[in-house]
Amino acid sequence: MKQLLIIISMFFAGMAAAQTKYESAMTRGLEQFKAAKTAEEMTTVSSFFERIGDAEKDKWLPYYYAAQANYMTAWMNPKADKDKVAEKSNDLISKAEALEANNSELFCLRQMTATLQMIVDPMSRWQSYGTQASNAIENAIKADPKNPRCYYLKGQSLMNTPEAFGGGKAVAKKLFEKAVELYKDFQPASPLHPNWGKAESEKLLAACQ
Amino acid sequence: MWSQIQTTMKHLTVAFLLIFSAVVTNAQVLISGTVKDNRGRVIAGASIAVKGSYDGGVSDSTSRFSFKTFEKGAQVIVVSSIGYKLAEQAVTIDKDPIDVNFMLKEEVSELKAVTVTAGSFEAGDKKRAATVLSSLDVVTTGGANADISAVVKTLPGAQQVGEQEGLFVRGGAGYETKQFIDGTMVNNPFFSSVPDIAQRGRFSPFLFKGTVFSTGGYSALYGQALSSALILESVDVPERSEASLSISPIFLGAGIQKVASDKKSSWGMRYDYTNLAAYFKVVKQTPDYFTVPEYHAADANFRIKTKKGGIVKYYTTFSANRLGLRRPNIDEPSLKNAFGLKNTNWYQNLSWRENLGNGWKMNLGLSYSTDHNEILNQVQDQQNRMVATGSVWIDSTNFTLTTRADLSQLKAVFDKRLSGISVVRFGGEYLYSYNKSLYNQYSGLLPDHFKALFSEADLYITNDLAAKAGVRFEQSSIISKANIAPRLSLAYKTGRGGQMSIAYGIFYQKPENSYLNATTRFGYTKATHYIINYIRNTTLQTFRVEAFYKKYDDLVKTYPSYDNSGSGYAKGLELYWRDKKTFSGLDYWISYSYLDTKRDYLNYPQQLQPNFAADHTASLVLKRFVSSINAGFNFTYSYASRRPYYFMVKNGNKYDIADRGTTIDYHSLGFSMNYLASMGKAYGVFVLSVTNVFNQNQVFGYNYSHDGARKEAITPAAPRFIFLGLFLSWGVDRRQDAINSNL
Repeated sequence: MKQLLIIISMFFAGMAAAQTKYESAMTRGLEQFKAAKTAEEMTTVSSFFERIGDAEKDKWLPYYYAAQANYMTAWMNPKADKDKVAEKSNDLISKAEALEANNSELFCLRQMTATLQMIVDPMSRWQSYGTQASNAIENAIKADPKNPRCYYLKGQSLMNTPEAFGGGKAVAKKLFEKAVELYKDFQPASPLHPNWGKAESEKLLAACQ
Repeated sequence: MWSQIQTTMKHLTVAFLLIFSAVVTNAQVLISGTVKDNRGRVIAGASIAVKGSYDGGVSDSTSRFSFKTFEKGAQVIVVSSIGYKLAEQAVTIDKDPIDVNFMLKEEVSELKAVTVTAGSFEAGDKKRAATVLSSLDVVTTGGANADISAVVKTLPGAQQVGEQEGLFVRGGAGYETKQFIDGTMVNNPFFSSVPDIAQRGRFSPFLFKGTVFSTGGYSALYGQALSSALILESVDVPERSEASLSISPIFLGAGIQKVASDKKSSWGMRYDYTNLAAYFKVVKQTPDYFTVPEYHAADANFRIKTKKGGIVKYYTTFSANRLGLRRPNIDEPSLKNAFGLKNTNWYQNLSWRENLGNGWKMNLGLSYSTDHNEILNQVQDQQNRMVATGSVWIDSTNFTLTTRADLSQLKAVFDKRLSGISVVRFGGEYLYSYNKSLYNQYSGLLPDHFKALFSEADLYITNDLAAKAGVRFEQSSIISKANIAPRLSLAYKTGRGGQMSIAYGIFYQKPENSYLNATTRFGYTKATHYIINYIRNTTLQTFRVEAFYKKYDDLVKTYPSYDNSGSGYAKGLELYWRDKKTFSGLDYWISYSYLDTKRDYLNYPQQLQPNFAADHTASLVLKRFVSSINAGFNFTYSYASRRPYYFMVKNGNKYDIADRGTTIDYHSLGFSMNYLASMGKAYGVFVLSVTNVFNQNQVFGYNYSHDGARKEAITPAAPRFIFLGLFLSWGVDRRQDAINSNL
């Protein structure tokens, strides 16, 4: 009997695994994402997600992670051409947006890539890329006011903005507080949906104290 | 029953085991290879995939990739890398490892393609690679006082001429440089001339998103400029509404810019009043100002985005100004020379840029300007009364001059995109200029119908090789002459970030009105440009070296007769280096120009180095923004070697050089500081700007008395100009103004 139960549960587990080659690949991808330590590993993760996206054709999440992993390479490799990295990520975000319109998470990514391009030459780019970034984050909030990542990202950019321009730790703190508050109740739509930023928000909130 | 289930399950278990073992025994096949470009250069980070599957890999820094796949049979391997065309290769996957090498073709794209850069400095964000100066650079250049021309003078090719306005480029006179706003020519880009004092440009740098300073070899779209074109592109619909206020001891201004909630349109207006009375009380000026310079300026604009991604822009500005100054009369020191000027200027520009579909684009420009001067020049005694001495050369400086200069123009340019990013462009322009003058009782009237047709092609043969070929046809009614001007440039990418360009072109310009008033039996003056340059660009650094040869023909002569018998040449070498990378937080540029030029024009008896040309000119511009104190510090050091000057005396039907010499070297250090602060709901910038910080003696030339017995140095009206101002704006979303966000 016991044996039978094991067999049955194995059967269903097997069924589940068989049903979702997609899910298991995504889960594997997310594990590799977490484990990636170098820009090369991150590029590998990004292209893995991109291949899933290209093969699936109707899923936006693989492109989301492909764009995010690719974005990360700009920070892991100090010599990376940030414009080129942002261009590639934007390409992937566009593919995701074509499948999933008006998504708060994708607007968040847009903010991240625009910020990446702004900091290449802040003095001459804040007007163009800085504006793009803040428009993107406002759109992200509009699309989902309960998405904690919007406030985390907005706080992060304000934290690095001089006080004379309306930035500074005091303003950023309020946003991190809001982010931390929202993370308490936040439940991703599925285990594969974006679920990051909680620890980072708490860390930056502490830095603002 | 249980046994039944058990049996079934056993079968199932067996089935599962079979499946798993199949998976395990069905060994993966290794696919490996390399990814390179068509020149055999490594492409790292390219993505390789078995089409339709999750299996794939990434090429490494040696171009190699390898991965394992379960896929079997006929499959397609796809390779993609940004900037390259997708490559596919059909393979049959069986048991053996597969080795497959890819060669990717570069995608010809605007960002990657070589740009034709000979002779031109592009500023603004339009083409990232060619960005040299941004509009922010204009307002943060030390000592430039937010004057576009003053900043352009820190670039190679332009002279440090301080006694008259205009950009003197590569041996060309100031009037050989023309300014264009949204494609149409600006008739009076500077405030009206005052003897021996250079005037500012009329247009604020904030109006423009991009500036191209072309020192030669420029596009067939532009004409009537022998030496240089300053091409200004106005801003589109701004990001946000804003109200602004400017306060300074010398001026007050207020403006509003309103953006519609859908961000599809905007309008704005502004008024500024400038009066130097208080400033001149504190800072002594060499001339005696009987009318202190006073300026009123009002402007208005609207911008509307069209449905197809085009935009309609309108800008108008009206200004009125006056001034009057006295200086000792050079012929008779007991007398004074008084100069009074009243000017009104109205400028308006309407442009329409539209996508017509099918790769067609249209640019229409319409502009009108009218400029009125009333000039009074008098010889006065010590009581400031007008006197007549009986000496013709003194009394002839008693005059009144009124001028009116109108320019109406229409310009249409059509672009058609060819395969890739190649473009053909053609169009035409019509300019009607109306110039009326009254010098004492002598009146002059110079109407001109000027027509031009042009066509040009930007051909991108590969990402590495581009050509721009154009031709321009012009006809002017006042001299009833036509010309055809060919232009050609080539650019070749030599390696990472480096490229080489050459340019050739013929440029025509009709003689200035002051000569046409004497006779209209002139032809075009002509310049032929040959330019070669090398430029190496990364996002934060630019190195540029350029050599040129320019041949002048048919320059205007006024002696022995009014005709086109003048000639000349200019050749030189220019260097430019801008670096925002090496020193953290410091942005600087260095420019150097060597110029060898001679010309025979006007009353010159032979080919001479003109008095506006120095052999060596150099500038060092430093900018540092210190975010911890919200302040920026900007320094500009300019140097020019001595310039020649001549005193010419009429001898029969020609002029002789009675005296000649060279001025002293020119040195100037300009400084400015910007301090940013939020004040209540306003966002404020304090600006302190000082020209010629070290009070260095500057001599721009010499004026001679009629008999040559006396000569006087032409110097600035005051050695130094100090400006202090506060610029406030409201309604700005200040979070977006993060000048120094360093995430």
